Amino acid sequence: MSTTTVAHDEVHHDHPSGIMRWLTTTNHKDIGTMYLTFSLVMFLVGGAMVLGIRAELFQPGLQLMNPDFYNQLIGVHALIMIFAALMPAATGFANWMIPLQIGAPDMALPRLNNWGFWLLPPSAILLTLPFTLALFGIGDGAIATGWTFYPPLSVQGGIGVDFAIFAVHLLGVSSVMGSINIIVTLFNMRAPGMTLMKMPMFAWGWLITAFLLVATIPVLAGAVTMLLTDRHFGTHFFDAAGGGDPIMFQHLFWFFGHPEVYILLLPVWGFIPQILQTFSRKPMYGYKAQVYSLWAIGALAVVVWAHHFFTAGMPVPALLYFMYSTMAISLPLAVLFFCWIKTMWKGSMTFETPMLFAVGWIILFGIGGLTGLVLADVAADAQYHNSYFVVAHFHYTLFAGGIMGIMAGVYYWLPKMTGNMYDETLGKWHFWLTAISFNLTFIPQFFVGLAGMPRRIPDYALQFAEFNMISSIAAFALGLSQLLFVYVIIKCVKGGKKATDKVWEGAEGLEWTLPSPPPYHSFTEQPVIK
Amino acid sequence: MEPLDNTDSLKPKTKAELESANAKLAKKMVWVAAGSLLFAFALVPLYDVLCSITGLNGKTNNEALTLTKAKVDTSRNITVQFTSAVMPGLGWNFYPKQASITLHPGKIETVLFEAKNITGQVVVGQAIPSVTPGIASVYLKKVECFCFVNQSLKPGETKVMPLRFFIDPALPKDVSEMTLSYSFFEATKK
Ligand code: HEM
Ligand SMILES: [Cu+2]
Repeated sequence: MSTTTVAHDEVHHDHPSGIMRWLTTTNHKDIGTMYLTFSLVMFLVGGAMVLGIRAELFQPGLQLMNPDFYNQLIGVHALIMIFAALMPAATGFANWMIPLQIGAPDMALPRLNNWGFWLLPPSAILLTLPFTLALFGIGDGAIATGWTFYPPLSVQGGIGVDFAIFAVHLLGVSSVMGSINIIVTLFNMRAPGMTLMKMPMFAWGWLITAFLLVATIPVLAGAVTMLLTDRHFGTHFFDAAGGGDPIMFQHLFWFFGHPEVYILLLPVWGFIPQILQTFSRKPMYGYKAQVYSLWAIGALAVVVWAHHFFTAGMPVPALLYFMYSTMAISLPLAVLFFCWIKTMWKGSMTFETPMLFAVGWIILFGIGGLTGLVLADVAADAQYHNSYFVVAHFHYTLFAGGIMGIMAGVYYWLPKMTGNMYDETLGKWHFWLTAISFNLTFIPQFFVGLAGMPRRIPDYALQFAEFNMISSIAAFALGLSQLLFVYVIIKCVKGGKKATDKVWEGAEGLEWTLPSPPPYHSFTEQPVIK
Repeated sequence: MEPLDNTDSLKPKTKAELESANAKLAKKMVWVAAGSLLFAFALVPLYDVLCSITGLNGKTNNEALTLTKAKVDTSRNITVQFTSAVMPGLGWNFYPKQASITLHPGKIETVLFEAKNITGQVVVGQAIPSVTPGIASVYLKKVECFCFVNQSLKPGETKVMPLRFFIDPALPKDVSEMTLSYSFFEATKK
């Protein structure tokens, strides 16, 4: 800002408008909006891909596509949902809400913030371009290894693998930049009087996520770089013939990959308690216990990675270690569940859409966690590994625990962000349609998984036909329900009943002290926390 | 009210102080990220060392051992099973001449493997061993092995290849059976 003598409303005219506003913006709310919009678009793209998969699985046999294309859809679906839908959604909320919640005027490093976002669209293009190139006879399509990049398949694969490797590099740089920004903001920009232990839970969730990202994303970047040099420059990191070891890739990948699943959820664990307290109209239960549990989970997350490949062959002591340490994660997780439920206990609860999503989230995410415990059992995992049981498990954690959590956040903060109330009736419809079709999609997958149906295979034995048909029909219902979500959002952005500053009767926290929508520059005067 | 610049309001820090504090912390974080990238590459040699000590990945010694006189432990019998695999791209047949042998720890034994080139060209292959359970791999000691070097076969040629090895008597008591598997990879210079 060039001058301090002009009031802020007048300084606005410095900002470019139209497309240039978005390309050059360093405003945390603009950037947050871009992250959230990008996330929603990619959520639909990734969803469309998986409907292709469910259409193929509607019946046994091969109807619509060859196995290689099927594998491409599986891999790109997962990469998009994880890196381009869930992570940007969480980052979008961070940009929008962290400065508001801690009473800061903006993020600490606004220009870095802008770069962080603008790396995302190119990487989404890199991920999906090989599909288009293949139509023109260039290359043989997108990455077909699943999201895990396992060699030797990823060393033998076509150009889709190279595209995915570069996409992961960009996505990695983007999320490390975003994380650094969040860490710096949280440490240096809090309002006077807001000690760390007075930070909102969402800020805590993100702080730990950001540390995990800075520590583990570079390991993924290193691992895929080794893949790249194995593919093109004659190294043998993972090539057994040259003295390398493909299992080592699994260690490197999951050293990142397991923390990644908590990276996706910690921000959600942050704001769900805030939603619960708002709609229970009483303070969050066990703030300290929750903070310590988040830290415990963050710390344990980096020491349990090998539970993803128990069956790859490991000495028994290693199996036991990874089994017990994995199961140990459920202890702090149980503390969190207890606090969430206790927060609602005897509250005067109402069930607006955000609360519906939050309560549904507790139940569904709980199922995800419990089935994880089943998989953490080495003896059981020998049977369930690479089966549809695993697929169902991680969709309860990632679709219910991740995406539906994010949806709770969207409904919770949308009135604050837009200044308009969303359509409550449609929001409730969206919740029930989503919750019911989600369960109908994935409960059958537990059953076929227990009965031995393998994942990542486009065909299956006849005895799985009925369950797969149910799952496919429900998946289409689930997909279509999300169009309602998009409609509710657009409708709310366009207009609606004006939202008050506080929006929700029981809302607590600095973001609710500002007008809805908040002014372009939020806290021109920093609030003081007592 | 006196309008304030964004960051001026961050009392007691001035805007410049805050910016330099931000840049400093950001730089520290970049170092952490760089450190974990380095860590990823450092994991490669670490992994190899760990595996050669613990046998985590089932690899055996890949150079001939100079013979030391090991005491033969006649009180134990160890069964070693052999399996073989030919990796895609290698036009060979390859199999062990015996499915398994039983031997006392410390006793040197010779077993034979046979490879045949079924293509019309000279083909070079490299055998990669792996022992299950992994813990046993550090106790299976090779004196001589066709896997120490590349093997070259002329078109149609058949070669019988020896493996001389012994089991280290220090093998943990609860292991009485192990499997030695060889995968032959294509290694022709292109
Ligand atoms: C107490 C909690 C949890 C436990 C004990 C647990 C345990 C496991 C285990 C053992 C596996 C490997 C199964 C196999 O491949 O055979 C697995 C897979 C997976 N879990 Fe969990 N999990 C838990 C929570 C979560 C959460 C919170 C998330 C995500 C936010 C998550 C996401 C995943 C994913 C994505 C996979 C599959 C990865 C792949 O192979 O593609 N899990 N889980
Ligand atoms: Cu895991």
